[in-house]
Amino acid sequence: MIHIVPGKCDFCGCCVGVCPEDAIELMESEIRIIDERCTNCRKCVWACPWEVIEFHREGIANLPKEVAIP
Amino acid sequence: MLPTRLGYPMNNSYDVIVVGAGPAGSTAARYAAAGGASVLMLEKDRDVGYPVRCGEAVSHEGVIQFIEPDPKWIASTVRRFRIIAPDGSSVIPRLDGIGYVLERRIFDYEVAKLAAREGAEVVTKAYVYDLIKNNGAAEGVKVIIKDQKVEIRAKVVIGADGVESRVGKWAGIDTTCHIGDMESCAQVTLTGINVEDDILDFYLGDEVAPGGYLWIFPKGKDSANIGLGVSVEKAKQKAAIKFLEEFIEKRFPTAATLTRIAGGVPCAKTCDEIVKNNVMLVGDAAHQVNPMTGGGIITGMIGGMIAGQVAAEAVQKNDLRYLFQYEKRWHKRLGWRHEVFYNIKEATEKLDDQTLNMLCKEAIKLPEEKRTIGGIFRTALWNQPSMLLDVARVFIS
Repeated sequence: MIHIVPGKCDFCGCCVGVCPEDAIELMESEIRIIDERCTNCRKCVWACPWEVIEFHREGIANLPKEVAIP
Repeated sequence: MLPTRLGYPMNNSYDVIVVGAGPAGSTAARYAAAGGASVLMLEKDRDVGYPVRCGEAVSHEGVIQFIEPDPKWIASTVRRFRIIAPDGSSVIPRLDGIGYVLERRIFDYEVAKLAAREGAEVVTKAYVYDLIKNNGAAEGVKVIIKDQKVEIRAKVVIGADGVESRVGKWAGIDTTCHIGDMESCAQVTLTGINVEDDILDFYLGDEVAPGGYLWIFPKGKDSANIGLGVSVEKAKQKAAIKFLEEFIEKRFPTAATLTRIAGGVPCAKTCDEIVKNNVMLVGDAAHQVNPMTGGGIITGMIGGMIAGQVAAEAVQKNDLRYLFQYEKRWHKRLGWRHEVFYNIKEATEKLDDQTLNMLCKEAIKLPEEKRTIGGIFRTALWNQPSMLLDVARVFIS
């Protein structure tokens, strides 16, 4: 599944531009994958200039959702 | 009344709604309003012109079509450009005319002001999340302004929502950029460095920027935009920022970073459809970037101007089928050229580093002479070492 690493995104929209499924919602400083539409094609992973988007075969349930501020 | 309306649209219905307040959107709004249409321009970010996702170089002759050059948004005036081959050899082709490195955050403000001066309303922090549709045809937008969900009606919706465009998709237009055509970009603005402030540098080669190039665009004598674009298809396993970090590490290890920004540039032919269901697309959303150079400020403004003019005419005529005039006029003005540039890009992308080095060496030997871009390319591609000069020249045209 596609995972956007929290706190790293620059909200540039490069991923949205290559997404064939209209499966990414991008606001001024929010981004999310629309899971129902995503087909895990990974084009967004390749496109991301910042290495923010990851593909996890085993699912993303256990990945952090927010940046932990110590 | 006023305080509650401040930052919100004055009306709930307009002739034309423009989504996105970059140069293309603002220019569309400007010409639609000048043509007599009531216009609302919506920007998803809280600021027009910020953040800047752009190398910021334009030609003088491009920019003067729309606005008088003003020192307050010109960081550098450039008179030369230089192509640096993979082996480090370089050539400075002849350049007719001058160019500018902009301060986009000020430039975009000024272009938006021109729209406002014609009567267009501008609302920021307004995120359009869908179209109001009737039998597929757009009749307005659904938008979150600040934190309020609002529906605003319009006869025509102009999507100027950038590389991340979704307006077109909602209208049934395929705006997805093929990964072979998308340039994944990273840029830093560095200061405390030594740069020649009148020259644009372009670095080529698979190590520096596979399927793209790296640029150094001066902003004064001690600062510059240093960025690169790599083809998503050619650099699947390595992100743009990694390529950039390696270059900066080698060349400017101690410089201070003023800005660090990501971006995507659709270096494609214009979308097959740029008008559909009362929606028009302009700028990056329509893939109106020069596919050879990745330059999209002026080309997007030209698209915006034509779209704005046609939208106003269609509203005047009360005939939305007239919107298709935009497709015709765009293709006549620039669309056809972009197809030529696209073919050139396809051909030059196949050149390996050795060939680029050889071409550069041959180009250095050539006398400076005038040459037009269009014809030479396709015929001379492999046989003529002069090709590199022409490639170079296209960067500025």
